[in-house]
Amino acid sequence: MRSTLKFAVPLAVAALALGACGTTGGTSNAPAASGGAAACGDYKIGMFGALTGPNANLGIYIQNGVNLALDDYNKKHPDCKVTLENYDSQGDPTQAPALAKKAIDDKKVVGIVGPAFSGESKAANPAFAEAGLVHITPSATNPKLADNGWKTFFRVLGNDATQGPAAAKYIKDTVKATKVFVIDDASEYGKGLADIVRQDLGSTVVGNDTIQQKQTDFGASVTKVTASGADALFFGGYSPEAAPLIKQLRDAGWKGTFVVADGVKDQSFIDNAQAAAEGTIITCPCVPADVAPAFQAAYKAKFNEDPNTYSGEGYDSATILLDGIAAGKDRATMVDFVKSYDKPGVTKQLKFDAKGEVTDVKVFAYKVEGGKIVSVGEIK
Amino acid sequence: MQFLIDNFWALTITGLTLGAVYALVALGYTLVYGVLRLINFAHSEVFMYGTFAALWVVMFLGGKAGGGTGQVIFWIAMMFVAAMTMSGLIAVLLERFAYRPLRKRNAPPLIALISAVGASFVLAEVMGLREKIVAWVGLDDNLRAYVRNSRNAVGLPDIVAKEPVFTVGGYAVTNVDIFVIVGAITIMVILDQFVKRSRLGRGIRAVAQDPEAAALMGVNRDRVIQVTFLVGGVMAGAAAVFYLLRIGITRYDAGFLLGVKAFTAAVLGGIGNLRGALLGGFVLGLAENYGSAIVGTQWKDVVAFVLLIVILLFRPTGLLGESLGKARA
Repeated sequence: MRSTLKFAVPLAVAALALGACGTTGGTSNAPAASGGAAACGDYKIGMFGALTGPNANLGIYIQNGVNLALDDYNKKHPDCKVTLENYDSQGDPTQAPALAKKAIDDKKVVGIVGPAFSGESKAANPAFAEAGLVHITPSATNPKLADNGWKTFFRVLGNDATQGPAAAKYIKDTVKATKVFVIDDASEYGKGLADIVRQDLGSTVVGNDTIQQKQTDFGASVTKVTASGADALFFGGYSPEAAPLIKQLRDAGWKGTFVVADGVKDQSFIDNAQAAAEGTIITCPCVPADVAPAFQAAYKAKFNEDPNTYSGEGYDSATILLDGIAAGKDRATMVDFVKSYDKPGVTKQLKFDAKGEVTDVKVFAYKVEGGKIVSVGEIK
Repeated sequence: MQFLIDNFWALTITGLTLGAVYALVALGYTLVYGVLRLINFAHSEVFMYGTFAALWVVMFLGGKAGGGTGQVIFWIAMMFVAAMTMSGLIAVLLERFAYRPLRKRNAPPLIALISAVGASFVLAEVMGLREKIVAWVGLDDNLRAYVRNSRNAVGLPDIVAKEPVFTVGGYAVTNVDIFVIVGAITIMVILDQFVKRSRLGRGIRAVAQDPEAAALMGVNRDRVIQVTFLVGGVMAGAAAVFYLLRIGITRYDAGFLLGVKAFTAAVLGGIGNLRGALLGGFVLGLAENYGSAIVGTQWKDVVAFVLLIVILLFRPTGLLGESLGKARA
């Protein structure tokens, strides 16, 4: 530590001197490593998503990935560290606009990882777009988000326009279901996804239902599913509702395949549904942990568990922003930097199209087996 | 509509099991209203603490799936003991600290109502933040299994296997369905008899009818009120066990919506009327299920409250009228 200090102090002085001369170099990596009060921007990146509340697990998985990226960066740039600012929306769209304003007003924040969910994205993103604050979502999958002309919107994973058809394809080709029941939770995410599945499966859909978020008793829905004779059920929604739903269905003796999407890819689903969760198929545009072994090892070393849903995507989103900071970008110039970004990340090649969608899209299927979520391969 | 006719029995039985839970929680609202003319909005939290107590006792004793009948009976008995104790205790504490000081100072009823709403938030948030609270006391290592992810839902271990017992109209009625409906009705009959025949029950009715006259006749009002809260809490504890067996999970905010529904059931049946609470609970449970079947599950709360308004338009005091004191209930 002492030796680095000895080395860093003259460097910092040099940087100060350079700054005083009015040089604003930033093309190479060297100046960023120097730091010092004047050259260092004390930049922050924001983490926008559910960190508490019933959906907190999904937010925390992302936050862990972001923290790992920050550690990597700060190890390389010990004199000019970037810090994380948390915007805990609890996944609630009504809280999102106020948090967005808070992030915008903090001029040190040069980019946002998130918003994590689609509903809160819809509520917060217009403000970000207006303020020119770039936001890269590692998890919001509603396709319509990209159609709003928000110049600041980027998404490092496939949206539900790819996940929905993949889920439908899996139900048709692998589960080989002939009668499918579709339930959604009326949320931006769940309904959007369920509608795509309904459309793709066409006449094999034998029934539909819509439930409410926070609902716990699904007596009527269970009756509808069992009465329809469905051999597969697709649920568009999140784990707090998915767990009691499948539990009550299994209690009523329903034997079909339960298919859900990334919103349920969360250990709490298994903890709460227990035996009823077994055999559940989960589709997800998230890359399985074993695809990036180095990332997996680093994550495990820090958090003592395997990377979970969207941890890798969170890491990638943060890395893009941190690369921007290393290249001397600030809030205003960050948007163009992200737009022209093209580097391999831990989950995929990170390159965006004109609408801010990542170009390299894959959807994977997972299965609940023995109380764990295991990957059963890409849905092609 | 055809769907409702085809699945009438399935919807009826599941509606009744939910209605049984509503009814038991509704009793707490009704009893307290009867003696104090106060809507105890924190009663939903009394219920929620009961669900956690029942869950924790099973976790603590290491309950798992696959036990024999004897074990299942043991688990359920333990759940009842834990939930009723916890809920009864919370209800009594609530009365002691949130309401009695106000009553002693002759605070207007509105103040007590605000105290009720406040107590409800405090109790729910304490449960929702239990992870942090336990960490302050330094017990988080010992209690991790009970407090981790305290804002998330927690599931009851699969201690009771639901098995079909007999089939009615194409619906396989399970052991749990029967247990919940029969159990709830039995508990209500016991309560009804308690209020009707026991000395304390007579005291409750006397205070409900005319508090001052009751006091003149030597009824200890504070004691009666305390017992009323205790009885309401114990009922909520029983409801909590039935709820857990039926739904399988609970969460720190599980009481809120259920409390609103149970309060609705109490008003529907005639607040202050014990039999009304029973009837209101069952009617509401059935209406929600039938409504979900006819117009879609997302409308179930709308159906419930439209029903409430319609009934109150024609019978402003509820189905059976307000009568803890007046009638014989």
